[in-house]
Amino acid sequence: MGSMEGPMSETVTADGRTIGGVLMEMRGITLRFGGVTAIKDISFDIREGEIRAIIGPNGAGKSSMLNVINGFYHPQDGEIWVRGKKRRALRPHQIAHQGIARTFQNIALFKGMTTLDNIMTGRFTKMRAPWWQQAVWAGPAEREETANREIVERIIDFLEIQPIRKTPVGRLPYGMQKRVELGRALAAEPKLLLLDEPMAGMNVEEKEDMSRFILDVNDEFGTTIALIEHDMGVVMDLSDRVVVLDYGQKIGDGTPADVRNDQAVIDAYLGVPHD
Amino acid sequence: MSADFLNLIEVILNGLMAGVMYALVALGFVLIFKASGIFNYAQGVMALFAALTLVGLQQGQVPFAHLIKAVTGLDVHHWWSMPTLLALLVTVGVMILFAFLVERLILKHLVNQEPIILFMATIGLAYFMEGFGDLMWGSEIKKLDIGIPSGGSFWLEEATIGWAAEGERYFGMYIDLLDVWATVIAVLLVVSLMLFSQYTKTGRALRAVADDHQAALSVGISLRTIWVIVWSIAGFVALVAGIMWGSKLGVQFSLSLIALKALPVLMLGGFTSIPGAIVGGLIIGVGEKVFEFAIGPMIGGATENWFAYVLALLFLVFRPQGLFGEKIIERV
Ligand SMILES: Nc1ncnc2c1ncn2[C@@H]1O[C@H](COP(=O)(O)OP(=O)(O)OP(=O)(O)O)[C@@H](O)[C@H]1O
Ligand SMILES: [Mg+2]
Repeated sequence: MGSMEGPMSETVTADGRTIGGVLMEMRGITLRFGGVTAIKDISFDIREGEIRAIIGPNGAGKSSMLNVINGFYHPQDGEIWVRGKKRRALRPHQIAHQGIARTFQNIALFKGMTTLDNIMTGRFTKMRAPWWQQAVWAGPAEREETANREIVERIIDFLEIQPIRKTPVGRLPYGMQKRVELGRALAAEPKLLLLDEPMAGMNVEEKEDMSRFILDVNDEFGTTIALIEHDMGVVMDLSDRVVVLDYGQKIGDGTPADVRNDQAVIDAYLGVPHD
Repeated sequence: MSADFLNLIEVILNGLMAGVMYALVALGFVLIFKASGIFNYAQGVMALFAALTLVGLQQGQVPFAHLIKAVTGLDVHHWWSMPTLLALLVTVGVMILFAFLVERLILKHLVNQEPIILFMATIGLAYFMEGFGDLMWGSEIKKLDIGIPSGGSFWLEEATIGWAAEGERYFGMYIDLLDVWATVIAVLLVVSLMLFSQYTKTGRALRAVADDHQAALSVGISLRTIWVIVWSIAGFVALVAGIMWGSKLGVQFSLSLIALKALPVLMLGGFTSIPGAIVGGLIIGVGEKVFEFAIGPMIGGATENWFAYVLALLFLVFRPQGLFGEKIIERV
């Protein structure tokens, strides 16, 4: 298959976006759960400003890979390098503070809170006022709250969810919940955004909206995005490069066109038995 | 108005105020349960410990006086009686330190354990604190007075004495001022907690952790920090409850048993609902007083000991998720 290990220099895509050097590099990641090897010696990189898709059949290890990246899982083997520096083992909340935000395959919103509060919670890493200032609603804490509230309102406008601002998210339909979850991740102004099946279970119209939001985020804010998606049409439309996993192993890596024509990838998707 | 009716009103008012106190204790449980899924058996002992510390500081007791005497032979038992306000602040500090230690020494090592194991850990904690409190401050009954007015309200008695119908024997309504103050303070406490959790970053983080641990981590919230905060708040609530009950009954071991009063409140209100704890507390407070007033004399009285539990049991049978709890639907 065609290798896409491009140069470290910047490249400009057909639609005029700039893709920079390597933002994050996975080197030889292996993750086991007891007897199950969810990820087997996988290496790939994510470049600054790109949309990187991770695809593969059910149980391939895609979500596990995202969980490794954001620190929920600690691999038994392998290293993660961020902008040329090896990342030490960190806990998930520390990784969030380093600018990595995510959504979940099975929506993980704060069900009791409104849309507004959910997205506001996404600003957690950006708010600094100590608790005792918050408690008495002191000047700096209040100003911080107001400033962050404005940013959240802009995100709400961007995602076109003004009508549900004050609705407890538990009551929203599935597609809307996915959108709010994206909003919460965006609120962190992440440098790397991880999306685990952002369009799963959506109808065509909802998928189109979500695709547009993802492209806009990448285009307007230059946010690097790694996304897992099953819908090949969506993957082809959105992503700059695709990494393909199957049974915990990497079986393909390249542009969407490369990957689509790759025999190993076709076999994996058609369910050709492994021997 | 008939005297019976006026008496009933008095009973209901007293029940409401008792209910607020129950709610306060239940609130401590709910806070910790929501944030960490732990049923904190030590909540009652925390109230006792906080009250002991407050009295000790206020009266200038030397901590561990018995121990010091046993080890060194020095007989020190009094140093400096702190002014009440300072003693209060120091006690709050002690409860925060306690929260910190609980997280460091216990919770940190038990993350992701079964709820029953965490529960057992809090049982251990309760007995340890009980002994530690004794060792630190002695086990004799102490009087707690931080200047909250107490005794019957003469004003109310005077005001109501003429309400009864002509010719009936009625001496006015009796309400203890301490109960009134306790109610006011408890209400203020609950309202400020609600405001804090609604409108501040840390408050939102508390609610976030209560809703979903993974999601909370993913936005950068440290569970361990939140646990320290939650246990500190629960410690503060315990202090307030300890002061109220301690002022009424004296500070002694039985103070820790107020936790038992919170149990039926929790069954009624649900373990995860703050409004549930409050409404549950009020229902039990009023329910047990009215039941004792109306039915008690017919069945030999002393119904207050068991009424709350029977009510809670009925609830468990017909509405196991509590008043406001979400319906538990098993996923298949
Ligand atoms: N926490 C866990 N404990 C045990 N096994 C796990 C855990 N998480 C994942 N696995 C296992 O690791 C393998 C990969 O799972 P993963 O969720 O990463 O797959 P996936 O590619 O995201 O699949 P899907 O498309 O169905 O979401 C599976 O065999 C799964 O059962
Ligand atoms: Mg998955």
